[in-house]
Amino acid sequence: MSDLTKTPAAPNILTAAFRYLAGQLRQIGLFIALIVIVIFFEVATSGITLKPINVSNLVVQNSYILILAIGMVMVIIAGHIDLSVGSVVAFVGAMAGVMITQWHVPWWLAIVLCLGIGALVGMWQGFWIAYFRIPAFIVTLAGMLTFRGLTQIALQNQQISPFPDEFRALGSGFLPDLGGGVSLLEPLTVGIGILATLLVIAQGIRQRAARKKFAVEDEPFAWYLAKLVFTSILILLITYLLASYNGTPIVLIVLGVLVVAYSAIMSRSVFGRHIYAIGGNLNAAALSGVKTKRVTFLLFVNMGVIAALAGLVFTAQLNLANPKAGDGFELDAIAAVFIGGAAVTGGIGTVTGAIIGGLIIGILNNGMSILGVGSEFQQLIKGLVLLAAVAFDVYNKRRNGGR
Amino acid sequence: MTINILEMRNITKTFPGVKALQDVSIGVQRGHIHAICGENGAGKSTLMKVLSGVYPHGSYDGDIVFENETVAFKNINDSEAAGIVIIHQELALSPYLSIAENIFLGNEQQNGGWIDWNKTNLEAGKLLARVGLKDNPITKIRDIGVGKQQLVEIAKALSKEVKLLILDEPTAALNDEDSAHLLDLITHLKGQGITSIIISHKLNEIKAIADEVTIIRDGKTIETLDMRADTVTEERIIKLMVGRDLESRYPAHTPKIGEELPRIENWTVHHPLDHSRAVVKEANLFVRAGEIVGIAGLMGAGRTELAMSVFGESYGYNISGSVYKNGQKINTKTVAAAIANGIAYATEDRKVYGLNLIDDIKRNISGAALGLLSRRGWIDENKEVTVAEGYRKSMNIKAPNVEAITGKLSGGNQQKVVLSKWMYSNPDVLILDEPTRGIDVGAKYEIYGIINALADEGKGVIVISSELPELLGICDRIYALSEGRITADLSREDATAERVMQLMTQEREKDHE
Repeated sequence: MSDLTKTPAAPNILTAAFRYLAGQLRQIGLFIALIVIVIFFEVATSGITLKPINVSNLVVQNSYILILAIGMVMVIIAGHIDLSVGSVVAFVGAMAGVMITQWHVPWWLAIVLCLGIGALVGMWQGFWIAYFRIPAFIVTLAGMLTFRGLTQIALQNQQISPFPDEFRALGSGFLPDLGGGVSLLEPLTVGIGILATLLVIAQGIRQRAARKKFAVEDEPFAWYLAKLVFTSILILLITYLLASYNGTPIVLIVLGVLVVAYSAIMSRSVFGRHIYAIGGNLNAAALSGVKTKRVTFLLFVNMGVIAALAGLVFTAQLNLANPKAGDGFELDAIAAVFIGGAAVTGGIGTVTGAIIGGLIIGILNNGMSILGVGSEFQQLIKGLVLLAAVAFDVYNKRRNGGR
Repeated sequence: MTINILEMRNITKTFPGVKALQDVSIGVQRGHIHAICGENGAGKSTLMKVLSGVYPHGSYDGDIVFENETVAFKNINDSEAAGIVIIHQELALSPYLSIAENIFLGNEQQNGGWIDWNKTNLEAGKLLARVGLKDNPITKIRDIGVGKQQLVEIAKALSKEVKLLILDEPTAALNDEDSAHLLDLITHLKGQGITSIIISHKLNEIKAIADEVTIIRDGKTIETLDMRADTVTEERIIKLMVGRDLESRYPAHTPKIGEELPRIENWTVHHPLDHSRAVVKEANLFVRAGEIVGIAGLMGAGRTELAMSVFGESYGYNISGSVYKNGQKINTKTVAAAIANGIAYATEDRKVYGLNLIDDIKRNISGAALGLLSRRGWIDENKEVTVAEGYRKSMNIKAPNVEAITGKLSGGNQQKVVLSKWMYSNPDVLILDEPTRGIDVGAKYEIYGIINALADEGKGVIVISSELPELLGICDRIYALSEGRITADLSREDATAERVMQLMTQEREKDHE
């Protein structure tokens, strides 16, 4: 309880470092888990997992779950849940199909309109949750059914296909090959990769300098350096793998922009801060002047738009609007968020955590498919991984004398 | 020659760091109504929890003799089996179950595991008749008023063949009529041989029904008085309740009082669930710059309700009245508006209403004034750290840095974080609700110093406290609040403990018909 008030005078540097790492156990554990899983499948599939084409597929095929996880982690941090996203994905896909193939709306306008539909869906659900105070679980469970129903009505239980190439590029296209298809490594991808690496390094140095200046830095230097080097190598490795196949998938750029933007929103914007405040202690937030209803409403509008984007990406990738699309996506997104360290009670979670959680699920899916593991065992294993991740969290919290 | 049904001898109960009860002895005569009186926090409820087994035998020192036998209750079931039933201030009834189901909850009228509904309802009806309640036993608890719910609790106690009934502030939430009925019932039960212990702040009630009264102060028994003797007056009880002198526990302070800051006029607030009950009635008060104003009132007097309803209507229903600043009426309809108009409210329950315990110090401090730290919706995190670091140093918050999680701080340091948060919102008036609750003596002294410093900066400070000596020690002026009504506005010179206590406990002025 009051251990903070009795900090020993001069803890030696090793115990300080150890204490820091123990505090970061969850984050480190998540990262290590991801690496262990990758290495395991790399060995088990005799090198197929990290083949350029498979890495490219991994990114593309998991993109929509990762996009959903970004919105979902925000909803879960605020202490809510959204069960409707799978149906919203299908509904938006259906509307895109109807607009493009039946109404002959230009593809770009269809994308804009579909994002607008997502916002409307979010407003509808956000209204009931924020202003009518129906629990999000109920509202979005109802949404799950209603939007699935609307999907089937819109599609008249038919599938719609094909979509124009420009639209399909959103899901399965690549950035243009500046090497003209003859270079060993695609130059644009290499450029983007190097740029991203430099940005990560610059940001890391800047942040540490600022934290040092205000004397809140407790991260040991060796650890900081190791993290920076490791992250850089990781980005360059992925760059290399992508560049030696088809280059950069367009959806990876979309995803990258979303991750950067939403990480910033969650960590540095007033809106993001309010979301954490609401999830951490709703009463205290309300008594601090946070407009809790408005924030909740906007949160669901945001989730609706993100779900719409995921729906567009998914439809574009499959080149098909299907009444059954998106079935179970909400559960994958929720699992990603919780594996990524978000608290069931709200107030805790990060966008990067959710992305890593999503990647863990994606790699499990991918690796087990390559190994030919049956879907029954895939479900079983994913379930156990989710349980283990949350159990680890709960155990960790209790050990730290949490509430 | 009377025999005591209950003897508690030399009861001592300690919590980590606090001696809640010290050598408390009390004897209750069979068939009498015995009142226990004391200030908030004097140890009355702790004593009753010891008696009823909430604090099991072994967790306290001393002996309890009930019906001439030394008893060692391990839990509430043990004490109930012996015939001791306690009815808490917050009623323990399940709102969606019927009266009969509640009466027999945990004691179901059963037949081999199956509930005998006829017997349940029949027996419940008999018990209801004994407490003078005519409602159908199958009525749901939520459909009857709080006064009747209190009677159901008593019926439930009767179903357990109660010998000693303990009532903790039974009339605190009741209106006059229900209170009178309840007191009649307790007297009536006395006629049936049931002994009662009643804990109450309301001296007129004690005067009306009690045979003896024991006064507890600071965890010690002070005296037991025979109420039938004519010499016992309310004044005498108050004197015994207050007792102690003001020690030098409060830093000296010379006020520099300036202009009038907000004035609250005709403020009336109704209970959010029981819309007909006014919890604050036509309150008028004001604070001046540099002034520390106390609000003294017993539990349930409407102190927090008054403060929270002014602060963005965070509490209450059908709130009427106005808040003026510099002669202008200001908007306090939402918390954001109240903050923008210079009002800050630091809650009495910092863990539930004040802090995000899973977040760090700096984010808690900035939480009510992110506007000062941000441009176009983006937070300047460097400035945030600087601001928080400034408060950590000036407020002496004991933590390695401002990224320490608030949930792991001690109560005193948490309170300093809450105060920092509201100071940073740069208010004109700070309403501090129980600013020293649950923190140790040293930290209290520091908090008093902070309050003085705030006043010296020209802020108005309203302190709500259950500890009368604290208010007398730090306030320039004290409002006494009794049953939602402000009964006095006393200057520092006029405010003596006896006087304030009397005004706090004074019988409700009858509304002029």
